[in-house]
Amino acid sequence: MTSNPLSAWIEGIGFLAPGLDDWAATQAVLRGEAAYAAAPSVLPAPSILPPAERRRASRVVKLTLAIGLEAAQQAGVDVATLATVFSASGADGHNCHALCEQLAGDDRQISPTRFHNSVHNAAAGYWGIATRAMAPCQVLCAYDASFGAGLLDALAQVVVDQQPTLLIAYDSEYPEPLHSKRDTPDCAGVGLLLSPQKTPRSLARITVAGSPDVAIKMPDPDLEKLRTAIPALRSLPLLEMLARGEFGVVCLDYLPPMQLAVDLQPC
Amino acid sequence: MTPLLLSSYTATTCLGRGLAATLDGLREGRSGLKPCAFETVTLATWIGEVVAVDAEKLPKNLARFDCRNNRLVQLGLETDGFADSVRQAVARYGKSRVGVFLGTSTAGILQTELAYRRCDPQSGALPDDFIYRTTHNSFSLADFTREYFGLEGPAMAVSTACSSSAKVFAAAARQLACGTIDAAVVGGVDTLCLTTLYGFASLQLTSSEPCRPYDAARNGISVGEGAAFALLERLPPKVPDGAVLLLGSGESSDAYHMSSPHPEGLGARLAMEAALRAAGLQAGQIDYINLHGTATPANDAAEGKAVAGLFGDRVPCSSTKGATGHTLGAAGAVETVICALALTHDLLPGSPGTQTLDPSIPLNYQLVSRSGKLRHALSNSFGFGGSNCSLVLGRAQ
Repeated sequence: MTSNPLSAWIEGIGFLAPGLDDWAATQAVLRGEAAYAAAPSVLPAPSILPPAERRRASRVVKLTLAIGLEAAQQAGVDVATLATVFSASGADGHNCHALCEQLAGDDRQISPTRFHNSVHNAAAGYWGIATRAMAPCQVLCAYDASFGAGLLDALAQVVVDQQPTLLIAYDSEYPEPLHSKRDTPDCAGVGLLLSPQKTPRSLARITVAGSPDVAIKMPDPDLEKLRTAIPALRSLPLLEMLARGEFGVVCLDYLPPMQLAVDLQPC
Repeated sequence: MTPLLLSSYTATTCLGRGLAATLDGLREGRSGLKPCAFETVTLATWIGEVVAVDAEKLPKNLARFDCRNNRLVQLGLETDGFADSVRQAVARYGKSRVGVFLGTSTAGILQTELAYRRCDPQSGALPDDFIYRTTHNSFSLADFTREYFGLEGPAMAVSTACSSSAKVFAAAARQLACGTIDAAVVGGVDTLCLTTLYGFASLQLTSSEPCRPYDAARNGISVGEGAAFALLERLPPKVPDGAVLLLGSGESSDAYHMSSPHPEGLGARLAMEAALRAAGLQAGQIDYINLHGTATPANDAAEGKAVAGLFGDRVPCSSTKGATGHTLGAAGAVETVICALALTHDLLPGSPGTQTLDPSIPLNYQLVSRSGKLRHALSNSFGFGGSNCSLVLGRAQ
């Protein structure tokens, strides 16, 4: 059997979640230096877009630009060169609701913009337009297992294609009535810049394998609530280790009974 | 990349159920398109509808997955003995060593569109029998397939609009290369729904006639539906003569526009070049190109420029969307299977519907199916958001 471990160097991290505005703020909470305070997610206006586009940008576009650019900036890499893997449990929920509502009525002449924004890869498409990145761009969905699916493919791209790859795992909310059927509470996501080579900016080496173990929970009840409520935040136990500069193996939720054993080692 | 074996494959579209019907349809130059009479849709357009999808009954224990899209998943899996091949692979490798990689653009969103008509008039709530996770969600078809075979390995859905089920081959190949799995169920399934029919109409991208790829008077797509699957494995020590191999894949982004291709086909060219590089082949070694060829003025012009720039006017090429319709997220897998049929039956497929070739696109475009020896074929799939993927397939000899 071929054995080519799914392994890479973590070069940068981006993060945004309810009450956690960026990676610096999140790090402080995960280190126990600041208390977690629940609040709606704050989505920054994407400075990379021209002013008119900036105002029109949807919540998922703002979210993915924020976490992707934060991770790339920390890694000191040019986003225009980066291969990307987007992974999300759903597309733009508000846009989806508006389309379904109109298609259920008598006037079905939907807006062309609404239609092209309805694709699961809409945020990835806007990322390409904003960053001018012509590299491969993957867009995945695995419902609650979307973070794990994204991590598997991003690492495989690093290993097989030997190129830095930016993983952007994110989720957003549906309005009612879909919200009652899929209750993701808010926008949140994580960006991880993964590289085949160690650099002076490398934070840790990550190696991932399938595991039958039970996924680890967050000790803090508020953070555990976030971990289970938002699929991209199944990554929190890994991020806690990165924030604290700790190393070792942590088991993350994927597709039970297959979970992911994530081994974090120092540079 | 290391070549991989397509040990089993199947396709179902409006052209017919399974390989034999698809092959006959291609040889005869038949089209499966007909005027749109889907659901309550009132659009002057033609569609590629698969027969008897809704007659398909899901197993009782998987009833929560019931929707048109998963019915077509099951119908597709139970064609050409594909499901049996998967079960044999599971027996060979183990249930955690077979991965599932499926592409879709809209999965079972039709279920949500229909449920919105039944919202409670007082509360606005969706009906109790509507289940989002196992019907609407983009992962539902991969989840269903994983449970259908009792698999416990990795699974993911790729949803990059109309390149989705080409990109699944690349994603599965990566996991096979890394040793995460020993076999992969790859494919794509998309079904007719109001979102895509009214959506493409809103962009004025649907034709009021059967679509005419690469025709001087082409004026839009015919939306279709389809299910196509392949079982990907590493090569056995002795590769059987005539076996179909995945030799390379190439992915790129236009970084240009959400719903229009790069006018010079720059992203398309990058994807084709990357696929040739991965296969270790020169442009001159490709014997047939299955074009994305949606029959919109912009797509065919851009793709035509990219193909002519890289291959000149030598390589026989065609779009088969006049036969199957544009099966959207299933198109990559459907057309990969068409390339497999071309390779194994010495067939250069024609282009039903196309009458007068666009003189501004200098390609060796095949209007009519004919026989010809093929060793290597390339398939193009491009989608909204500027997502491009090309695959190179070959016949072992």
